[in-house]
Amino acid sequence: MNGSIYEKKFRLSDAVLSFLINLAAAFSILLLIGIMGYVFVRGIPQITWQFLTSVPSTLKGTFGIAGNILNTLYIIVITLVIATPIGVGSAIYLNEYAKPGKLVRLIEFTTETLSGIPSIIFGLFGMVFFGTTLGLGYSILTGALTLTLMVLPLITRNTQEALKTVPASYRSGALGIGATKWYMIRTILLPSAMPGIITGIILAIGRIVGESAALLFTAGSGYLLPKTFSGFFEKILQSGGTLTIQLYLSMSKAQYDAAFGIAAVLLVIVLCINFLTKVLSKKFDVSRAD
Amino acid sequence: MNSIIGSNKSRSVVERTAQIIFIVCAFFAVLAVLSITVYMFLNGTPALTQVGITEILFGTVWKPTATDPSYGILYVILTSIVGTTLAILLGVPVGVLTAIFLAETAPAPLAKIVKPAVELLAGIPSVIYGLLGILLLCPLMYKLEQKIFAGSQTHQFTGGANLISAVLVLAIMILPTVISISESALRSVPASLKAASLAMGASKIQTIFKVILPAARSGIVTAIVLGVGRAIGEAMAISLVSGSSVNAPLPFNSVRFLTTAIVAEMGYAADLHRQVLFTIGLVLFVFIMIINLSLTRILKGGVKE
Repeated sequence: MNGSIYEKKFRLSDAVLSFLINLAAAFSILLLIGIMGYVFVRGIPQITWQFLTSVPSTLKGTFGIAGNILNTLYIIVITLVIATPIGVGSAIYLNEYAKPGKLVRLIEFTTETLSGIPSIIFGLFGMVFFGTTLGLGYSILTGALTLTLMVLPLITRNTQEALKTVPASYRSGALGIGATKWYMIRTILLPSAMPGIITGIILAIGRIVGESAALLFTAGSGYLLPKTFSGFFEKILQSGGTLTIQLYLSMSKAQYDAAFGIAAVLLVIVLCINFLTKVLSKKFDVSRAD
Repeated sequence: MNSIIGSNKSRSVVERTAQIIFIVCAFFAVLAVLSITVYMFLNGTPALTQVGITEILFGTVWKPTATDPSYGILYVILTSIVGTTLAILLGVPVGVLTAIFLAETAPAPLAKIVKPAVELLAGIPSVIYGLLGILLLCPLMYKLEQKIFAGSQTHQFTGGANLISAVLVLAIMILPTVISISESALRSVPASLKAASLAMGASKIQTIFKVILPAARSGIVTAIVLGVGRAIGEAMAISLVSGSSVNAPLPFNSVRFLTTAIVAEMGYAADLHRQVLFTIGLVLFVFIMIINLSLTRILKGGVKE
């Protein structure tokens, strides 16, 4: 029947626009599948036991990333050891102690600014401040200190979010039965906010693993493994390139096979981190808890 | 004695110390931003006075290692501006449309696949984008270049590392940022607006483009500004796909961005050359600060609305 109000009118513009919407979404998915697929297809064959456990040797003509894996671990651990207490402390101050006002706005603004500064600027700053002014040179410590500034906002913000979801009754309950504020924070707030803090830490690990511009001029590009036991401690003050730095160097020397091997290793790490954050946020979702 | 009112002295010392430690932690961010700003200006300005502000900022000849060196970075600045603008023009429409798909039109199971995919894209290290750019985009660009400039005598062949390649990589890299922020902006539009529009007889698509999008305006502007920040600050992904010499930002020219100029030359630069690279860093820093400030302005305006 013609002219029924139940009959849908066909609009060309609607059809075109919904086609574009679907096209854009399809593009994003295909992009991801394409990137992952290409990297894995070219990268997985490169990953051998020797690739993972040796260092590059011009003598034998072999290539390996054991040194870079160790450097990456060093930088992750040192960065987190410094950044986590500061980030969590800052969030506790903002959420539990500070009264809204100019001061809080200033701290929140600078935290926001810090997360917007591009990594190459952190790299320049780290190079002149930690490297030259503090005299640490190109070393893993310089790189880790630089990255501390970079991941600080991530940890602060996630902890703050987690603290906000802790019900106010927990606080008043603890204070009401005689706990002091610090005791309340230590025994009630921090354990309740732990999932959020851990999520922040995992996101920070993801950021550190993927970072390259901030490390190129701070941590340098060393790739050797320490030979003696004390070498493991001296390593902190020596130059050390992470996986991404080695990937960049391999790619600028047109050694694409090695580059794809590293890229595949990086993607596996990224996938694991993504999965972990998913599991954590589901498991500890306070809004769903009874 | 065990009075419940009397305060335990050692405990109050602990309390006081805890509070002081937290305040110190909180000021760390302020200190960091302050010292970064001071250091960028301290290291970026000497070259400006030594070479001359106009000569650096408006000079077009970049020959830092010649015997008669010249430090004009106008083309570098222009490349960053043009490249970022083009990347935004390409990336934002795709990003916003994908956000609409996720927030409005997608069937739930499909959205469940697309959303994690977008999150994963955000997590992929930027050097990997660069690696794929070199191996997939650049050969394509080189073929295109050979076709277009087949008979040209003046064109310098770049092997595919040119402005277009860099713009495409940047456009892809800002997608996750634009998508996730636009999506949450679209989702925060009150359902009553949508219901009212549908009840008045507007189609679903009309509702999306004439009611929901305008209502989510401030959130989408935020997404664009963050995208600009991400694109202008990206270094490693485009350092090898954008070419290796300073030229005017034309599509098939080999170009240098603010970021890639620093990455490429900081390794061997010395003296004045090194200081000029810090000036380039300062220019980038000023751009980022302008973007950050306008972002807080927008976010504040969004609250008032």
